[in-house]
Amino acid sequence: MGRYVARRLLQMIPVFIGSTLLVFLMMYSLPGDPVRALYGEQALDEAQIAQIKKDLGLDLPLWHQYWNYLTGIFQGDFGTQIASGRPVADVIGDALPVTIRLALFAFTFVVLVGISLGVIAGLKADTLLDRGMLIFTLLLISVPSFVLGYTAQFFLAFKMGVVTPTVRDSEDFGELLMPAIVLASLSLAYVVRLTRTSIAENLRSDYIRTAVAKGLPRRRVVGVHLLRNSLIPVVTFLGTDLGALLSGAVVTEGIFNVQGIGNAVYEALLQREGSTVVGIATLIIIIYLCASLIVDLLYAVLDPRIRYA
Amino acid sequence: MPDVKKTETGPVTGPGVPAPSSLAVEPDKGVGSLGGTVGKPRSLWTDAWHDLRRNPLFVASAVIIALLMVMVAWPGLFTSASPRHGDLANHYLQEPQLTKFFSPEWLGYDAQGRSIYARVVYGARASVIVGVAVTLLVTLLGGTIGMLAGYFGGILDSILSRIIDTFAGIPFLVGAMVILNVFDVRSIWIVTLALAFLGWTQIARVARGSVISVKGTDYVQAARALGAGTRRILLRHVLPNAIAPVIVVATIALGGYIAAEATLSYLGIGLSEPTVSWGGDVSRGKDQLRNAPFVLLSPALMVSITVLAFIMLGDAVRNALDPKLR
Repeated sequence: MGRYVARRLLQMIPVFIGSTLLVFLMMYSLPGDPVRALYGEQALDEAQIAQIKKDLGLDLPLWHQYWNYLTGIFQGDFGTQIASGRPVADVIGDALPVTIRLALFAFTFVVLVGISLGVIAGLKADTLLDRGMLIFTLLLISVPSFVLGYTAQFFLAFKMGVVTPTVRDSEDFGELLMPAIVLASLSLAYVVRLTRTSIAENLRSDYIRTAVAKGLPRRRVVGVHLLRNSLIPVVTFLGTDLGALLSGAVVTEGIFNVQGIGNAVYEALLQREGSTVVGIATLIIIIYLCASLIVDLLYAVLDPRIRYA
Repeated sequence: MPDVKKTETGPVTGPGVPAPSSLAVEPDKGVGSLGGTVGKPRSLWTDAWHDLRRNPLFVASAVIIALLMVMVAWPGLFTSASPRHGDLANHYLQEPQLTKFFSPEWLGYDAQGRSIYARVVYGARASVIVGVAVTLLVTLLGGTIGMLAGYFGGILDSILSRIIDTFAGIPFLVGAMVILNVFDVRSIWIVTLALAFLGWTQIARVARGSVISVKGTDYVQAARALGAGTRRILLRHVLPNAIAPVIVVATIALGGYIAAEATLSYLGIGLSEPTVSWGGDVSRGKDQLRNAPFVLLSPALMVSITVLAFIMLGDAVRNALDPKLR
């Protein structure tokens, strides 16, 4: 187990460096000079611009900038915003808790509702209920989250007035409910389908027949034998989906005016604040990599046949 | 001696047989289940086609997609109005004339006085072209890389797999936003390339896994034993047998790419004017959502229907090609 974890961690290093480097290069190949943009229509003082660039390390060659960035991250230094002079770590620190609340809310919703609906559909495979669930998930997958978001806002908030159209206080879970469900919708549909397929398939397996034959109560057959074996593909999906949830928050947070990292990255991109965009992207990459490592380790818990040497 | 004999008789039937795809999946829904063609085994593809035609989801999606294709090719057939002609006399707060089907004022006008119906019709072109083009590029790129990694294994596999991991690690939406923000005018092709650049990893992983499961099979060993070259084995034996899962994932992903394009255009970082796009129209309509919901809801509904059609198609294809789900 220890050796496996060590090997996985070693494999993560080039992936982490590669992904952040790609984002870094894409960001800094942007045309336009954010430092010059600070001055707007005013007369430029070349010496002053050179000084600002020197202070921010923007005069160095790109590889050197990346090296400084990479070494900075491990000391919790994500760089500095050009226009405001705020450390990016501060900006992230302000926005991250909001998004974490939103994403965790959405994630819990996906896990609880998605797996339950999937189990129900899988147990009743090929019935009317199952067909209905299939069509429901088809619709959820087809409707892009911005469409779902505005439709929900229009009907639930403007027409019926049951929820507030935007989030005023991100610590109020009632207000976060609608954005969280919109954010969760796509993953929810996938989880329902994965669980359903997996359950329906394993229902025909030998060990389930054995469990039923030896007279175990149905609750134990489904809850322990069937569920545990069927969850592997679902857990895999959930692990890789955490990063997508954070990335998808760009859309949801925009619609419902949630001041999280999605909004922060969008605004930073429009203002060409490279360090903020790269910083948040790095954060999402780190979370994604950690989640996929945890998923791999969870396999061994779920399926005792899998042993890591 | 019997071994030698085997290899001697091999070439007679071996290479001449086209793509023994029935070996890979073994369609057990046999011959004659519907009468007809008794004795002639159906290939995976004939079998799949047979299943598809009877699937109502497939028929429904095929009809919608056919209609969309006509709309993409000849939008003028659906409306006489121009999507770019704005007349401010047509105010967006006018009630849409919901009974005047297919007339320019059917769904009302947007803030520039342009016919929403015409824009919805002309918007199909951008969405469908981006979706199809990204899928083709991604299948080509991801399929090739996945096939090479899966077939050759070893160091090449380790390197290619890390490259796949690297690209998969970049958050899709944020990454696409960063790339597209470089360009001031974003045409259909720029958006296509950006989505393909980030999106090929899923296909590559599926192709890699599929090729690994195929390369150990007897018929590949047999081809190798007969002295077939690497290129021949890959193209004639591995590719036809490993491609089914790739096609399934690609078809389902097509709908996803259309949704991704619409999302980016909605964020203002996808297709830019003068390209007519549903996502862009949703974005322009969001400020009038309270007073003039049709400006936003019409293109939003069209995106959803289009994505739905392609996802349904992908679903039907998967059910037909994956015997495990039967």
